[in-house]
Amino acid sequence: MSIELPVFYFLAAITIGAALIVVLGRNIVHCAFSLVLAFFGVAGLYVLLDAEFLAAVQVLIYVGGITILLLFAIMLTSRASGPGVRILNEQLGLSALIAGGLFFLLIYALWKGIPALAIKVPTQANVPTIGRVLMTSYVLPFEVASVLLLAALVGALILARKEKD
Amino acid sequence: MFEFIIIMLVKIAVVFGALLLTVAYLTWLERKVIGDIQVRLGPMRVGYHGLLQPIADGLKLLFKEDIIPAEADRTVYLLAPLVAIIPALISFAVIPFGSQVKILGRTIDLYITDVNIGILFIFAVASLGVYGIVLAGWSSNNKYSLLGAMRSSAQMISYELSMGLSIVGVLMMAQSLSLVQIVKAQSVVWFILLQPVGFLIYLICAVAETNRAPFDLPEAETELVAGFHVEYSSMKFALFFLAEYANIVTVSALATTLFLGGWQGPLLPPVAWFLLKVFAFIFLFVWLRATLPRFRYDQLMGFGWKVLLPVSLANILVTGLIMAWR
Repeated sequence: MSIELPVFYFLAAITIGAALIVVLGRNIVHCAFSLVLAFFGVAGLYVLLDAEFLAAVQVLIYVGGITILLLFAIMLTSRASGPGVRILNEQLGLSALIAGGLFFLLIYALWKGIPALAIKVPTQANVPTIGRVLMTSYVLPFEVASVLLLAALVGALILARKEKD
Repeated sequence: MFEFIIIMLVKIAVVFGALLLTVAYLTWLERKVIGDIQVRLGPMRVGYHGLLQPIADGLKLLFKEDIIPAEADRTVYLLAPLVAIIPALISFAVIPFGSQVKILGRTIDLYITDVNIGILFIFAVASLGVYGIVLAGWSSNNKYSLLGAMRSSAQMISYELSMGLSIVGVLMMAQSLSLVQIVKAQSVVWFILLQPVGFLIYLICAVAETNRAPFDLPEAETELVAGFHVEYSSMKFALFFLAEYANIVTVSALATTLFLGGWQGPLLPPVAWFLLKVFAFIFLFVWLRATLPRFRYDQLMGFGWKVLLPVSLANILVTGLIMAWR
């Protein structure tokens, strides 16, 4: 237990620091790069919780897939990748309100749920467990997510398709 | 605990050293083999048959002037080579290169670590390699660099998908994500015989992922000068090349582990078998470069999305059906 606490604070500091740069940074490419660092911090936290499958998938999908597409889009639009782009817009107040609300919701959930969080889950092989649970108890949300992804795929195809005449 | 740390450090040092040495001599091997194929001698001057050439090249690169373009984004420009090289070296941490040996009465496993998500770890780390290229291309503030980086990221994302799907058949048969378990599952028959389609797709994607000919569009000399690394010089340039060659070694080692039974084989010691198989793959890489012309960009993307992806999905389906039926 002794080593876990400083490691947790270290990872949490990296995640929050990087996330702050993402939101407040002036150069949008630097922001995207910090986002990678923030995702890594989160992946580290997963490892700390013995959820190494989740950590690997987090890096594989969020860092290797989503953020690289984000960077791709930023670089293709040269106006956005230049320095001096306006980072904050007029919805600042609204988003602060929502973020604050979410923060208090999390605090409330944590305060209510502390006994549940304290349980150490046996995780000798969490990959088979996740697979089994996804295909049995949570098969409906799993399928709904699949349909959503399929819809996004079809939508992207329609947008990208060249009109023939 | 203390003993564990010592053993671990020694193992890391040995693997790291062997990897860097292999990478350095890969440049020599490549020039020699291509020279042979093109009926030339290749490097001959430095040492016996040019054996000291990699060391001379390394020294030369170290002492070259390090140029940073005036309009470059300095921080990102300096970080990009590191972002390219670190993932290339780190994935070797989970590759098993032998069974067990007894040294001074202790049994030592011949891998640095066996995490139970080994293969996912490698894919996660490998997916970071593209950042080095993209950031290098963007931060150089050069049209050719940016175009090279764009091409590269599109190519690597596309082929990463098929690569990931191509090994799912192997994972289904081995029933594990741990590379050690996957090697052990092949003690009777190698997966190349059970998953020939998966192997072929993996091989094609591996060539594309490492940006090698015939898929070396990110650095196509004729159109892009040199692509993403055109502004880099000195040791930073060398780091990009080190990363490319380290990636070749990694995908070769992974192919050996997943499809050719890893370190298993008769007569010779396990480590020798592992090295032999890896070098066979590396030779294939060089051979391909000397033989095949470069793809056109639309051919490359079309092939990846319209051929490799459906075929790898069909491979998973067929594998699943057969496994369910048996």
